[in-house]
Amino acid sequence: MTKGAIVHQPRALPACGTLAAMPPVPDPLISLSSVDKRFPSGTVALQAASLEVRAGEFVSLLGPSGCGKSTVLRLVAGLDQPTDGRVDAPAWRAPGEARTGFVFQDATLLPWADVFDNVWLPLRLSGVSRGDAAPRIGTLLASMGLDGFAHAMPSELSGGMRMRAAIARARVTGPEVLLMDEPFAALDEITRQRLNDELLDAWQAEPMAVMFVTHSVVEAVFLSQRVLVMGARPGRVVDEVEIDAPHPRPPGFRTSPRFAELCRRLSASLEAAMAARVA
Amino acid sequence: MKRVAGALLPAAVMVGLLVAWEVLVRVAEIPHYTLPAPSLVLQTLWANAASLAGSWWFTLKITFGALALAVAGGVLVASVFALSRPLERAFLPVAVMLQVTPVVAVAPLILIYVESTTAALLMCTWITAFFPILSNTVLGLRAADPGHRDLFRLYRATPWQRLRLLLVPTALPYFAAGLKISGGLSLIGAVTAEMVAGAAGRETGLASRILEASFRTETPKMFAALVLLVLTGVAIFWLFDRLSRAMLGRWHPIGSAR
Repeated sequence: MTKGAIVHQPRALPACGTLAAMPPVPDPLISLSSVDKRFPSGTVALQAASLEVRAGEFVSLLGPSGCGKSTVLRLVAGLDQPTDGRVDAPAWRAPGEARTGFVFQDATLLPWADVFDNVWLPLRLSGVSRGDAAPRIGTLLASMGLDGFAHAMPSELSGGMRMRAAIARARVTGPEVLLMDEPFAALDEITRQRLNDELLDAWQAEPMAVMFVTHSVVEAVFLSQRVLVMGARPGRVVDEVEIDAPHPRPPGFRTSPRFAELCRRLSASLEAAMAARVA
Repeated sequence: MKRVAGALLPAAVMVGLLVAWEVLVRVAEIPHYTLPAPSLVLQTLWANAASLAGSWWFTLKITFGALALAVAGGVLVASVFALSRPLERAFLPVAVMLQVTPVVAVAPLILIYVESTTAALLMCTWITAFFPILSNTVLGLRAADPGHRDLFRLYRATPWQRLRLLLVPTALPYFAAGLKISGGLSLIGAVTAEMVAGAAGRETGLASRILEASFRTETPKMFAALVLLVLTGVAIFWLFDRLSRAMLGRWHPIGSAR
């Protein structure tokens, strides 16, 4: 393990005087503290990047391409090691417990396995038999509009259905953390909106922290409780915007003035982040 | 309708060629020791059925025996290569040398070192069939999608799970392609090796029948043996084509009916 990666951080105890006065702040489920990530090629993906995500929170990472958004997810998932700094997340605290789900940019379904077997895979890898996994998979497929497709092959599915299967696979272990790396970028606008709705339904049905990487301002505002804006070169979080609208989203939220205002606010922040890179 | 037409056309070409051949031989009165007519070849095949069948069976045994050994050896060595780059770098030159050396050139040597002719023939045939299986399988075992690799790492798959559920299914189409090449090559290898060995006696294959017939200028018999070889080669190709479709099932374009 790289020297900077501290798997278990002792929890800081707040001083007694302040404890009573302030509302209890839950410990973050995920935290990056001044994380650097350099690749062997010399590319600096992240520099002094810090962020926190609480349990059950829906956070989007918004930024131009090349700002290290995907790298953040890979670090949280334990797929990459930080060059420097601390990463703390369930995948680091309890490796092998499958408490982290990951939805990649492509559906990455195994092409030789049907939908059922693909969704079963994470449970199968932790030793759960097909029979024991079947009820969970059945419920999950039904809730995601995939009932009747259990024995379809990935090549027989549309892009949207493939992505639904990939999300079902990531959710099958009942993860605490769901990491999503531009999952809907390749889909058409209508399918994309429907999957956004379904994702929020899923998030409210089974509480989990979601980190959602996107370069769509509209998508970030619609989905999240909080949006972290990232800038490139060096990649780090440059702005943070609370989306103060209730979940489930009220009808007509996408066309409300508040929605438009939040989108403008985020677009401005994104532009500032990109201008800073050019300068 | 289209399917029938698709099968009819090549069949018509075959029949047309055979008829043209027959007519040419009869009209030009070509002597049978120069070029026998297809009808005579067929008669000879029938008349010598018993002795040819024995030889055919021997050639078939060498072909499939060597192919089985090539599959076993190729997959084993490929797995070792896929597990360790240094081992691959160390031993690949040897494998390449095996591949580029013509069997005809090494067969006499092998016949000196190995007492049993059958074993020598198996070895020569194995040399021709081994490399396609090896190189295709190595390629296939390394071909896993980076996204799939990440998935297996995320869920902490054991090396055995990774091999069984990711690497083997990924490598299967590559292996099937290698098998199709090696299937054809091992028949060629078996015949070539026997030609060089010049084996005579009871336990000999179709190559020996062709050599014998050639010494006695029994041209129709040469053709008869040749026909058997061609049919066997086509059957082997068809067999492995079917086998690879069955293995790949629905997931790979090669395996789909479309």
